[in-house]
Amino acid sequence: MSEKPVLLEIKNLHARVEEKEILRGIDLVVREGETHAIMGPNGSGKSTLAAVLAGREEFEVTAGEVIYKGKDLLDMAPEERAGEGVFLAFQYPIEIPGVSNMSFLKAAVNAIRLHNGEDEMPPVDFLKMVKEKTKLVEMDPSLLNRSVNTDFSGGEKKRFEIFQMAVLDPTLSILDETDSGLDIDALRIVSNGVNQLKTEKNASIVVTHYQRLLNYIIPDFVHVLYNGRIAQSGGKELALQLEEEGYESIKLEEAVTR
Amino acid sequence: MPGTLLASPPLHDPRKEKLQERTREAKVRYLMAFDAGSSRREKEPEWLQARRASAISHFEQNGFPTVRDENWKYTDVTAAANLISEPQFGLNVPAVEDIKSEDVEAFFLDHKNSIRIVFLNGKLAPHLSTLEHLPQGLTLLGLQEAITSGEEVLQQHLGRHASPEDNGFIALNTALFEDGAFIQVEKDAKIEPALHLLFVNTAPLTAAKVRNLVFLGAGADATVVESYASITDDAYLTNIVTEIVAEAGANLDHYKEQVESTNAFHIATTQIHASDHATVQSHTFTFGGRLSRHDANAIMDGEFTEVTLNGLYLASGSQVMDNHTVRDHAKPNCKSFEEYVGVLDDKAVGVFNGKIFVRPDAQKTDAIQNNRALLLSRGAEVNTKPQLEIFADDVKCTHGATIGELDDEALFYLRSRGIAKSAARDMLIYAFAHAVLDNVTIPTLRDQLEQQLMQRLRH
Repeated sequence: MSEKPVLLEIKNLHARVEEKEILRGIDLVVREGETHAIMGPNGSGKSTLAAVLAGREEFEVTAGEVIYKGKDLLDMAPEERAGEGVFLAFQYPIEIPGVSNMSFLKAAVNAIRLHNGEDEMPPVDFLKMVKEKTKLVEMDPSLLNRSVNTDFSGGEKKRFEIFQMAVLDPTLSILDETDSGLDIDALRIVSNGVNQLKTEKNASIVVTHYQRLLNYIIPDFVHVLYNGRIAQSGGKELALQLEEEGYESIKLEEAVTR
Repeated sequence: MPGTLLASPPLHDPRKEKLQERTREAKVRYLMAFDAGSSRREKEPEWLQARRASAISHFEQNGFPTVRDENWKYTDVTAAANLISEPQFGLNVPAVEDIKSEDVEAFFLDHKNSIRIVFLNGKLAPHLSTLEHLPQGLTLLGLQEAITSGEEVLQQHLGRHASPEDNGFIALNTALFEDGAFIQVEKDAKIEPALHLLFVNTAPLTAAKVRNLVFLGAGADATVVESYASITDDAYLTNIVTEIVAEAGANLDHYKEQVESTNAFHIATTQIHASDHATVQSHTFTFGGRLSRHDANAIMDGEFTEVTLNGLYLASGSQVMDNHTVRDHAKPNCKSFEEYVGVLDDKAVGVFNGKIFVRPDAQKTDAIQNNRALLLSRGAEVNTKPQLEIFADDVKCTHGATIGELDDEALFYLRSRGIAKSAARDMLIYAFAHAVLDNVTIPTLRDQLEQQLMQRLRH
């Protein structure tokens, strides 16, 4: 089997916030069609990696590069990254009172289309598409009339993130702790949505602390992040091993190799 | 202190002293303008002549307000007072006929949804107004014409609510006003569509003194929109007093839209008098002007009245926008609500002072005040002050003031979905301001205000 084209290549990525270095040399290759899980204990840099890929400005990249679709990802503004098909499902989605979900989604869809040289989506098609996608995550369509994430329950927020992912149809999805705060039913629904969106062409990076999510979203690769570096990589069985042994063995190994 | 050797020497600020000197000169010019108009006023009814004379004596005594007055602490009107060297009626003003409908129609509400009376530089422009075939129960005419025809409610109410003692601009307006709108809605009449009072400036260095009286008889219902606009970028002064009287059980929706030139001075008082069971909702939108001062005052002089005073202001460049409001709960069982929202960019200055006054027997008062300001730049400034004076014991008064910046997290969230930074910023500002716009029930007005808001955000 010939290898699929590379979608994302992270080389020796270092990033810090204020004076604190959080990412200390990450290397990762993601190919089309692949699902990568990033695991690791709290404070290992998982969410920072997700944020740096999406373009959060508080983090300063001090070394390394990120090549996405052959382009320098770090050189792009967050909105350009989204235009190029990068999507971050937030761990803590932001409430924006006064901006309706519908106008938010419409602005997002049309901004991305504009970025790709397409015309705005006709309103009728947009409505139809949006309605169709609500089914994917079993989301109550009445949520669309509300303000962005405002007064949503934790579960509704997470569903709404995956719903946005469905609407925006990204090439690279980064799911940051999407399982946190979800009960088992919601977890199943959200995972089901993610799985249905999977294609041969797109890829996902699933950031999670627990193995639980990986029962539903089956990764091709599991990477363990520790102290800002990938300490170990393997197949999906690595997640199970971590579930049994915890992160202690990896912490130990890191301490020995240093 | 005289005679105290240790007192620090008085600080001489030559610029300030010069301005004060100029303001004294301006006062003299206005007093002369009053004298010059005496022959014109002789034709007016005696009661009006008496009110004007009393007003000018207040002005003579108090002059223009200065930053030493607590109510004008942040708003220096020196430049406004000195703008006009000959503050007389009709100077430098083109004939109203020279302005055609297409010059000002951008400010019109649509025909179906409004009856319109238009003033150019303070002068009635009949050819731009739609005063024929008025609905039953409505009198709508120029104030001068109403005075000439001897409308009874004028004597009862004109100058009886806005007090010349309150500030020099009200005093000057009362002494010197030339025209404005007169609205009377008969008892129990329900007037549709909205009454649109449109005041457009077309020439530099004018000093329109606009006087409006809105009178709603018992049980009457109407919607009134005041718009102040300009088709030039000129410096000029608009001095406005609008008195609103809502008799028992009347209901008024009132909007005031200020989209003057950014070199203009706009100084206005809206004085509301509400009787038993009357409801008045007044919304103020301030977008234009170099200096804009609006006093919105309401007295609830009857039981079970309800008054809303809302405002939205958007200031950029070096604009100064000052909103002072007073809600006077004079009788028991009244409700009042207030929400003022400001967005300030560049080096703009905003002022909000919201006074709630609950008189001794105004038990069961329910008053809510909320004011929020969004600062878009480090140089912008807002001075906000709730002022509660409560002399009754069984009342509910709440107030809240928040001043903040754009939420970086929200900005990033929108951008991460592909929305460009500037568009994301606009969306968040719009979201901040929308609460006040949502209360606008006239669709064309709401559209216009939204457009104004979005347009002014992109500079």
